[in-house]
Amino acid sequence: MSAATAHAGPARPAGPASRLSLRRPFGDRAFNILALGSGLLVLVILVLIALTMTRQSTLWFRSEGWSGVFSTDWDPAHGKFGAMAFVFGTVITSVIAVIFAVPVSVGVALLLTEVLPRRWAQPVVYVIDLLAVVPSVVWGLWGILVLAPWLQPIYNAISSHVAGVPVLDDLFGGQPVSGAAFFTAGMILAVMITPIVTSLSREVIATVPVTDKEGAYALGATKWEMIRGAVWPHSQTGVVGAVLLGLGRAMGETIAAALVIGSSATVTSHLFFPGYSMPAVIANQFGEASGVMRSALIGLGVLLFFLTIIVNLAARSIVEWNDRRMKGA
Amino acid sequence: MASATGQAVDLREPGGRRRATNQIMIGGMWLAFAVLLVPLGFVIVTVVSKGISAISWQFLTNGTIPPNILPVTEGGMGAAVVGTLEITAFAALLAIPLGVLAAVYISEYSDRHRWLTHLISFMADVMTGVPSIVMGLFIFTIWVLYFGYSGFAGSLALACLMLPTVIRSSYEMLRLVPDSLRQGSYALGATKARVTLTVVLPAAVGGIVSGALLAVARAAGETAPLLFTILTVESVNANLLSGPNTALATQIFVNATSPFQGAQARAWGAALTLIAIAFILMIAARFVTARFAKNSR
Repeated sequence: MSAATAHAGPARPAGPASRLSLRRPFGDRAFNILALGSGLLVLVILVLIALTMTRQSTLWFRSEGWSGVFSTDWDPAHGKFGAMAFVFGTVITSVIAVIFAVPVSVGVALLLTEVLPRRWAQPVVYVIDLLAVVPSVVWGLWGILVLAPWLQPIYNAISSHVAGVPVLDDLFGGQPVSGAAFFTAGMILAVMITPIVTSLSREVIATVPVTDKEGAYALGATKWEMIRGAVWPHSQTGVVGAVLLGLGRAMGETIAAALVIGSSATVTSHLFFPGYSMPAVIANQFGEASGVMRSALIGLGVLLFFLTIIVNLAARSIVEWNDRRMKGA
Repeated sequence: MASATGQAVDLREPGGRRRATNQIMIGGMWLAFAVLLVPLGFVIVTVVSKGISAISWQFLTNGTIPPNILPVTEGGMGAAVVGTLEITAFAALLAIPLGVLAAVYISEYSDRHRWLTHLISFMADVMTGVPSIVMGLFIFTIWVLYFGYSGFAGSLALACLMLPTVIRSSYEMLRLVPDSLRQGSYALGATKARVTLTVVLPAAVGGIVSGALLAVARAAGETAPLLFTILTVESVNANLLSGPNTALATQIFVNATSPFQGAQARAWGAALTLIAIAFILMIAARFVTARFAKNSR
């Protein structure tokens, strides 16, 4: 990055020059300030998000206390506003999403970079872009009206088959009442994060030096052996970063989850049961909320903000560190 | 001679297990792509087949959204179409100039305050990961609490969401402009502002426009930032600055949970309209890219 960003600058007079020629014209300085201001806007917005939202959520912390905030009890009618059921739901659904999305994304990324010739890769990229541009609410609409009713008998069949099997019964057992569940939300989220994970993995894989690949081929490797021996060690870390970014996306994805997750603040190991996630509960309940409840929902937003920021910081740092390491090598 | 050794060795292709593994793995990659196509195809076919029967000229232009219980032949989604176009357009008007300027700062002014440009660039990347619902809550706490619900508040939320995307894509394009162009203009005595405005930005404009269009296409479909900033209304509110407004995305969200046939049909119709808007913007972006790629060659 350093080499690319070190652009040429206007020349400074080397010897003694008149004051006039050293002064930059007003328009030039104005433009500089304008650009600087726009750049700083990013930092200002991030700081303002943290400050204003935290301020709005203090009421929640004051009225519930630490134990109240970190309980799993969410019961607005009785003034109980615990966040942990939603944190649990967010983690479960995004982990399901990542488990489904990662093999598919990495597979497609490898297909695009190593298997398909460039001419054929372009249409595949269009398809992935298409997937990225379908709005969240459309996935949700399809999920609740088409996918969930279709999945319900399948869930029931699976749960009756695993009844009594030790671990599987805990995960897939019980009698699911509808198709709207943790698992449905996880699958929809998986589809929604696939484009971003694919394109980031593809960027990482594309940086593998041609010489490494040709070296592997020269030793008689098959395409897959070349991928394992030359591509994978080189892009491992970058792909981990891409996966973390996908995880961050899945955690914050709101509308699709709000429609298909089932809207029930429960902590259970049963993946086919309805649940709730942080963004989903904000979307569904903020409209009628006031007082402590509104403050609690904004507090959930703050929690979500910091969680996704941490995941994103980690992911970006990994990607950047990997970039530097690869450039040094 | 290979035959002299008694056993012919095929040097072209590895045989047996290695070859099988290779083929299975490449087959797996194709399978991954097929798995990706299934939900996409499913969604598009469903939205088109259910939406097409709901959409009519009246559906798109009639400004009164009827109560859920009425069939789809009554009223229309005109109010939501107007709201979506208005709110998204204004958000683009806010976010694109600011985003491009920020990208200019990161890319062109990186020589003076390296740590600052690096910090801004890194934070813009992090900001792309801020969930859309958080942007909605943010605008609620900073704007709606004081000035009330309005289409403008929705535009602000969408602009916050678009800003980092525009910065990222514009920055990538500015980086591609060859340094010799800058050096040439500086050698003629131009100031930094002039070089940026008359040489660097025109050289990158194709990529910047197409990146911005893609950001707009994504923003047009967003629901979460609009829920608590514009609410929903049942008739056209052309005034962006005051009073609650409505948009296609929020209408779909409200209608999706309704048990009534008419409401669901309207949701499918609105979904088709929304996807059509997003696709048109995406195709426009492709067109711009292709057009400028041809010019610069």
